[in-house]
Amino acid sequence: MSTDPIHTIAAKRWTIALILSALMLVIYLGFILLVAFGKPLLSILLTQGLSLGILLGALTIISCWILSIIYVIWANSRYDEAVAQAVAGATTASGGKS
Amino acid sequence: MSASSNPLAILFFFVFIALTLGVTYWAAKRTKTTEHFYAAGHGVTGFQNGLALAGDYMSAASFLGIAGLVALNGFDGLIYSTGWLVGWPIILFLIAEPLRNLGKYTFSDVVAYRLQQKPVRIAAVIGTMAVVLTYLIAQMVGAGTLIKLLFSLDYTLAVIIVGVVMMTYVLFGGMLATTWVQIIKACLLLGGAVVMAILVLAQFGFNPTALFAKAAELNGKQVLEPGTKVVTGAWDAVSLGLALMFGTAGLPHILMRFYTVPDAKQARISVVWATIWIGGFYLITFVLGFGAMVLVGIKQVVGAGGGGNMAAPLLANAVGGSAFFGFICAVAFATILAVVAGLTLSGAAALSHDIWVNVVRGGHAPEREQLLVARVAAVILGICAIILGIIFQGQNIAYMVGLTFSIAASANFPALVLAIFWRRFTTWGAVAAIIIGTISTLILLYLGPTIQVDILKHDIAEVSKQWWYFPLKNPCLITMTLSFLSGIVVSLLKPEPAAEAGFAEVERRAILGALADLGPAGARSAPAE
Repeated sequence: MSTDPIHTIAAKRWTIALILSALMLVIYLGFILLVAFGKPLLSILLTQGLSLGILLGALTIISCWILSIIYVIWANSRYDEAVAQAVAGATTASGGKS
Repeated sequence: MSASSNPLAILFFFVFIALTLGVTYWAAKRTKTTEHFYAAGHGVTGFQNGLALAGDYMSAASFLGIAGLVALNGFDGLIYSTGWLVGWPIILFLIAEPLRNLGKYTFSDVVAYRLQQKPVRIAAVIGTMAVVLTYLIAQMVGAGTLIKLLFSLDYTLAVIIVGVVMMTYVLFGGMLATTWVQIIKACLLLGGAVVMAILVLAQFGFNPTALFAKAAELNGKQVLEPGTKVVTGAWDAVSLGLALMFGTAGLPHILMRFYTVPDAKQARISVVWATIWIGGFYLITFVLGFGAMVLVGIKQVVGAGGGGNMAAPLLANAVGGSAFFGFICAVAFATILAVVAGLTLSGAAALSHDIWVNVVRGGHAPEREQLLVARVAAVILGICAIILGIIFQGQNIAYMVGLTFSIAASANFPALVLAIFWRRFTTWGAVAAIIIGTISTLILLYLGPTIQVDILKHDIAEVSKQWWYFPLKNPCLITMTLSFLSGIVVSLLKPEPAAEAGFAEVERRAILGALADLGPAGARSAPAE
């Protein structure tokens, strides 16, 4: 094996983790900055009793769920499978790597 | 209104204590090794750990505090709810799995994995203890005030009861008892909140917007809009947001919970469950806050004292009568116990596993000695918690929670992330990141409006002209940046070839966990110096 499959997996996981973390940061800071600067916008009433601010706040919470579930679906299928393959490859070859 | 006139509240409270002490007795018989004491024998499932994480994290401040904040200000409570949740996906993406695979009992295990044990562990324990002690102060003072309010019990007595019961859980039952106390508490808290929300929404045709509309009709449209209570300026908002978000990923008692599950996959699953429970809980708390605003009334909530903390219990009384009021008061007490137990256990682990075993004894100490030191540390921390709770009685400690999250985000989180992901990170880089993060947070908080204006009552116009004045309420934006920068700069200035060479093993083990031992490069657990 010329390239360590573990290193490839690590790089892939790092990329996914960074993208999802950045998304979370953008969503949350976006919400907070709207609270600080966009008061008139967030005060718009969508229906009786529901302001845009309340809706976006609730959506921020729901986006935490969605991003987490996206990650877990990826990790439980592709990532775990790639790791299992790398382990199988390492034990059969039992060649020197790392 | 107080629960002292409510025998049911006292009864519920004693039932909870009896149940949890029963669990502690059961756990004590199983707690024979350090593996059990610190990590519940790695036998907790992902689902159970998710509940326990939620129980560890949902403090009385987030239940009674956010409900009160919403009851008095409406929308603004949502800013804290979201902030306290968004850290969880970060833990999931960056921390949980590598942490479980690389460490044994504490997050220092991970930071020190390929670095020189002694300096890194000492620094990490400073970061841990700063977080644990400030959070313990916040919890204990909150506990005393709250129990005084709920049960009309003397403040000092309340603090002592919380300290002693919590010490009993930790001392005898270790992580196993603490886990189950947290699970029981999470179920009670979630169950109680859901029932209360159903009772509230039943009066509004199960339509939350009808409840919000009624609140706006009674108290004006501004309760649905961003106010000025929480967010005062853009930089303040961003700084607080970063502290809440990344602080969660640096709380030692939360990180420690990932060692209770058997493997990284279960760690992953447990974070998702925790995120679902905590997020759902915050959505419900928002409804409860508005429920209290409408069904109890802002005046009555303020009149009950505690700065809005009585909103949820008063609402329970309004919708479910005195029995439900008693139940919610007992749940609030249980909430405090579960959080302080988790904090104390993580502090004890840092003192015994990191300092005693890995620094003083060079990585090797007999099992019995390790357990003894851990238990002594737990007792010392329990006594410290009681004493600090009494010393800080009546002080304005609202800033303590912000301080806790800021230190966690500025000291522990950067060191952890750099240790896991950056090849060239060095021993002295880790020490610099943690120490500079901790110290700069303390200094800038002291020089900022939180201490100078809110606590020391200096005139803001006067003090803001001083050359040393720092304008942010929460310094995290600056201190977290400083911590990352110092970690990187120090590492680049003086490279450490041994640490760099160890990175391949870190990368490998972070992914494979125990499976890494099967391969040719299988070194056993964290190498000790």
